[in-house]
Amino acid sequence: METLEEVIVEHPFFRGLRAEYVTLIARCAGNVRFAPSQYLFHEGEIADRFFLVRRGLVSLEIFVPGRGPVSIQTVGEQEVIGWSWMVRPYRWRYTARALEQTRAVAFDASCMRRKCDANHDLGYEMMLRFAGIISYRLQATRLQFMDIYSLNG
Amino acid sequence: MNDFHTDPMFPLLYSVRQRVRENDDTFTLELEPSAGEMLPAFQAGQFNMLYVYGVGEIPISVSGDPSKPYRLIHTTRAVGSVTRSMADLRENDRLGVRGPFGSHWPMESVTGSDLVLVGGGIGLAPLRPAIYHIMANREKFGRVVLLYGARTQEDMLYRRELEQWRSRFDLEVYVTVDRATGSWHGAVGVVTTMIPHAPFDPLDSVAFVCGPEVMMRFTVQALQRRGVTADRIYLSMERNMKCGAGFCGHCQFGPFFICRDGPVMRFDQIQDFFGKWEV
Repeated sequence: METLEEVIVEHPFFRGLRAEYVTLIARCAGNVRFAPSQYLFHEGEIADRFFLVRRGLVSLEIFVPGRGPVSIQTVGEQEVIGWSWMVRPYRWRYTARALEQTRAVAFDASCMRRKCDANHDLGYEMMLRFAGIISYRLQATRLQFMDIYSLNG
Repeated sequence: MNDFHTDPMFPLLYSVRQRVRENDDTFTLELEPSAGEMLPAFQAGQFNMLYVYGVGEIPISVSGDPSKPYRLIHTTRAVGSVTRSMADLRENDRLGVRGPFGSHWPMESVTGSDLVLVGGGIGLAPLRPAIYHIMANREKFGRVVLLYGARTQEDMLYRRELEQWRSRFDLEVYVTVDRATGSWHGAVGVVTTMIPHAPFDPLDSVAFVCGPEVMMRFTVQALQRRGVTADRIYLSMERNMKCGAGFCGHCQFGPFFICRDGPVMRFDQIQDFFGKWEV
């Protein structure tokens, strides 16, 4: 059976992370499982965790009055969910709902922020990795926003 | 030898055998020779010039099975006067066809490699002949992954075939939509988001990409980030093609004519001017 540290270091998001940091952040982590349709978190709530998805598919949704929840993106295996935990005011910007049986490693946000405050090198490493995710998702969202398959796209 | 073989500007008469509506504005025409005389066999990725008499002529990629050249299949979208007239054609109506023209997907030279086919919107149509070829010669290739992005589930092409391909054990099919509508419970996001985690070996993969040019630009970036080199990425380019045979120069793209040197082009040969505003 794989230890949590092994799972973390094998996940693409943390690939290449120094061993001492893996040991540090593993103390903030735990395995979680979500059934289809179960919510990981809701828009507006305190962003108290982030997730490394190991298996499954999660829909990121925004509630639109008159339309209900609208899926803006899905996040699947080998991806990471949640960066609101590291950006004030630490509130979720969207809702996350499992579409399939989903297994993930969840990291406690307070624990992570404490460790990043105490060790700025770790904090910088986290910031670099999450900035990569934010930039990547922003680019994808821009492309999505362009509606490239429409006649005027 | 008929006139066509000596004159690429000479259209042969074909009849509509069947017209299939793919979605709101996209349809597939199945054509057969009217007078028994047919065009030479095409290769996956090539295109024909289809002529609606009295209206005009346009280039459309062949989207049928290259092993069945008697049945010419083209999928297109009703966006201009010619395609709108084409959408109104009925069984047994006639049109002129010239071709096949241009370069093709390099099916023979990629034997043994993993193949990653990335299609966006109607860009799945020029990839379909390659998929038929791969399935007929499956043992010649490594892992084969099809990544397809559409605007919504209603806009997807070849839905029944996509489901059939997805059910095969030797073809991995991943589909995503830009907007989740109705009962869609699959992936949401642009097609490029599937590239980082798609199951292929970037060091031994060849990618075939077809879709709107902006989608291809971001797809190339994602493939290169994953480790696929420029000389292993092929794009199906589109420009305003008129003659189809490199005579008129309408489709010039840098030092190339898309109708003659393309539409399928290797990325390392065009990367210096790909994405530039004016070439």
